[in-house]
Amino acid sequence: MQTQDAINAGITGSPKLNYLTNGFTLKSWLLTKDHKRIAIMYLITVSMFFFAGGLYASAIRLELLTPASDLLQSGTYNKVFTQHGILMIFFFLIPSIPAVLGNFLLPIMIGAKDLALPRVNLLSLYIYWIGGLLTIYALLQGGVDTGWTFYTPYSTTFSNSYVMAVGLGIFINGFSSILTGLNFIVTVHTMRAPGMTWFRLPLFVWAMYAVSLVMILGTPVIAITVLLLAIERLVGVGIFDPSIGGDPILFQHLFWFYSHPAVYIMILPGMGVISELISNFSRKKIFGYEFIAFSSIAIAVFGFLVWGHHMFASGQSIYAGLVFSFLTMVVAVPSAIKMFNWTATLYKGSVSFDTPMLYAIGFMGLFLIGGLTGLFLGSIGLDIHLTDTYFVVAHFHYVMVGGQVIAYLGGIHYWWPKMTGKMYSEFWGKISAMLVFIGFNLTFFPQFILGYMGMPRRYASYPEEFQVLNIFSTAGASVLGVGLIMPVIYLGHSLLYGRAAGDNPWMLPGLEWRTSSPPPTENFEKSPVVTWEAYEFGEESGLDLDEARRRDLAMVS
Amino acid sequence: MQTNSWVPLFPDQASTFAWQVDLLYAYLIIVSIAFTIPIVAAIFYFGLRYREKEKYATPDEMHGSIALETVWSIIPFVISMTIFLAGAYVYYNQYQVPKDPAMEVYVVGKQWMWKLQHSTGQREINELHVPVGRKVKLTMTTEDTLHDFAIPAFRTKADVVPGRYTYLWFEATKPGKYHLFCAEYCGLNHSGMGGYVYVMEQRDFDNWLSGNVSGQTPIEQGRDLFENKLGCASCHAGGPQQRGAKLEGIFGHEVKLVGGGTVVANEEYIRNSILNPSSQVVEGFQPIMPTFKGQVTEEQLISLVAYIKSLSGITGSTSSAGDAGAKPTMSNSAANSTTAPRADRGNANTQGSNPNAPGERSEPSNRNR
Repeated sequence: MQTQDAINAGITGSPKLNYLTNGFTLKSWLLTKDHKRIAIMYLITVSMFFFAGGLYASAIRLELLTPASDLLQSGTYNKVFTQHGILMIFFFLIPSIPAVLGNFLLPIMIGAKDLALPRVNLLSLYIYWIGGLLTIYALLQGGVDTGWTFYTPYSTTFSNSYVMAVGLGIFINGFSSILTGLNFIVTVHTMRAPGMTWFRLPLFVWAMYAVSLVMILGTPVIAITVLLLAIERLVGVGIFDPSIGGDPILFQHLFWFYSHPAVYIMILPGMGVISELISNFSRKKIFGYEFIAFSSIAIAVFGFLVWGHHMFASGQSIYAGLVFSFLTMVVAVPSAIKMFNWTATLYKGSVSFDTPMLYAIGFMGLFLIGGLTGLFLGSIGLDIHLTDTYFVVAHFHYVMVGGQVIAYLGGIHYWWPKMTGKMYSEFWGKISAMLVFIGFNLTFFPQFILGYMGMPRRYASYPEEFQVLNIFSTAGASVLGVGLIMPVIYLGHSLLYGRAAGDNPWMLPGLEWRTSSPPPTENFEKSPVVTWEAYEFGEESGLDLDEARRRDLAMVS
Repeated sequence: MQTNSWVPLFPDQASTFAWQVDLLYAYLIIVSIAFTIPIVAAIFYFGLRYREKEKYATPDEMHGSIALETVWSIIPFVISMTIFLAGAYVYYNQYQVPKDPAMEVYVVGKQWMWKLQHSTGQREINELHVPVGRKVKLTMTTEDTLHDFAIPAFRTKADVVPGRYTYLWFEATKPGKYHLFCAEYCGLNHSGMGGYVYVMEQRDFDNWLSGNVSGQTPIEQGRDLFENKLGCASCHAGGPQQRGAKLEGIFGHEVKLVGGGTVVANEEYIRNSILNPSSQVVEGFQPIMPTFKGQVTEEQLISLVAYIKSLSGITGSTSSAGDAGAKPTMSNSAANSTTAPRADRGNANTQGSNPNAPGERSEPSNRNR
């Protein structure tokens, strides 16, 4: 059988060199064209930004333990929440899944040797580094206090902080997203292995494709917006500041035209990861494959038409408000479709609760709450009361952290054996997944109530009656912090002392599991030919399950 | 105001909107629970019932079901439409500022305080006193950056935007002291930019008003600016030889513009005509009016707009406090100026166009930059 041969070539013909051992010099990393090495460098950088953003988050929660602004002066607090937002959104959430997991896995999942444009891939990493370094430099110089939204005219006329330097950092960083998106689209179109038809693509690849579309269509708008901001701030041309003939609301339109789709840049890849996890750990073809695939595309398209729901209270016309509210309700439907299909996938499956699956189930719970509270905010009559309060803060953290970060962690745990060849401690993995879930809910659920009570966001001090719920939130944040630090320890430990994971620890059918762990530089010893559908778990997809059972027995005895 | 439960879950209901917003909120909570419970129950049931019994089992394949997909697309769509319609209804009530508010208050945001003035002249900072059971309209703008006037107990808020007016209205239903917040980030002392709204029984409110008499109402200040300080009257007094358009009775009516087109003479238009006179010139006039940008403060602009509104008989005063707003005092003879005024270009800028810089700037004392 041809497929059998192709698979066995990967499994048995263990290559002498994998991508990690193929060169140890600094140069062999910094000038690599290997998508896997680039992904690892992204992983390290992204993790550092996540850690820095997390430190800011801790400062915020500690300050809000008491009603007065005692730990941080309000000026410092304003910089802290601004920088938390900027680092987390532009330098962690947006690149995390696409640039780390997407980079590593997309070529392997479609049976390619690399991305279509390997040098462009390396360029996008360097652009990300330059944008990141510039931003860090600006933060060290004194930071920025405009909020991550950079609303005018505060950002152009009133703020005395390093708006331009940070803006330039974000401007540069945007090109990294654009290049990555471009590369993914070209790769999916041109590099699929023989037999890998569009409807045999894993849903993670579909999600990467959808998110790439949003990246290349949306990111130029934020670049233009930052550029206009710079022109106004440096040259004094009236674009956004009404005192020189501009319109501050115009900035909000331009900003959200990018930044709402950016929300989907953050959540769509997460949905892709979850589709993989749910299907693979139920050992069952995902329910409604086409519906999940096309709902990603529908979200990507509708995501461009709902930006005005961030501006219901900004003084835009009632007609604009109603249209945006309507479209926001429509975009809820594809998300609901995904939710139902994931749940139905479990039905009559063979469900195992390994660490990645715990993250996936956590995602379903948190994203459900995040999505439903989106309806609260999309309903224009309710949004007037809720907007600019902690309800909004809670909502987007449920979507961004409860959705994206949890999916990212699930994905890291799922593909860790493939990326490193080592298996981590299941026990600690499960403990950490549960701590993250509990800590997260304890942190952010009280904020929904605070928001409805009317506590405004971006407040360094607040009225005393809000304190009890803020204490809950801070307590939860410390649990969440512990849950997030643990993976650093046990994943790091596994690198040194973990047992060898084997090429296919869970006997899964995806192409990434049909090459060695870690994969060789060319990904496959022999180019694969795909003759099976996506998510086929039986012998017909060429998996030798009996062999795997014997392997397990041998390991136990 | 604090509710008496240990952990308060709802703010006070203190306006006519509050119960509508709370009802919508309750509906959405019910919808959320109705979705969450079955999904979470299904995840747990399936997870346990179909828990892996044998390693690497291959359960029977199951393809999607068009019928199921259709059902679970349509149900969320229909429910989301009910949420949309209910939200639109609630919003519409808030958006429609009543044409005949019992009381008008002018609000100017400024880093980091709220400056308010009643149409009867009383000034307040970071506090607003209103009577219960009366429709109150706020006309708002800002001297610097964006702010947002938010009163959670009334379930309403609106951004305050430089360069334009935004409006908010409410009818308080319960006497008490309620939080007033700035809800749009505005810089250093954003979280300190707030205070309280005091809702009072009418009698108490009348007492408060009479105990807080200030010199001039906005209309009186506006007339003073119009006739004396800025010299607007030299062109706009309404005589037959006037270079400027007659202003009596224009408010709320359509005005024909040079080059075709019309515009409704609302607050925004009047404001724009003072700051940016040549952008919308009334038909039959020359664009000779100088700009007053940088020469009038936002508060003076509000007074001028109030005065020009009063020329059309709109005074916006509380009915119980008597008609404190000045009646239009422009002579009735102005009504005869139906002939199109001729622009006298020769001495366009010799008189009246050189106003003094604003004389009285009421800087509040607790300014804490």
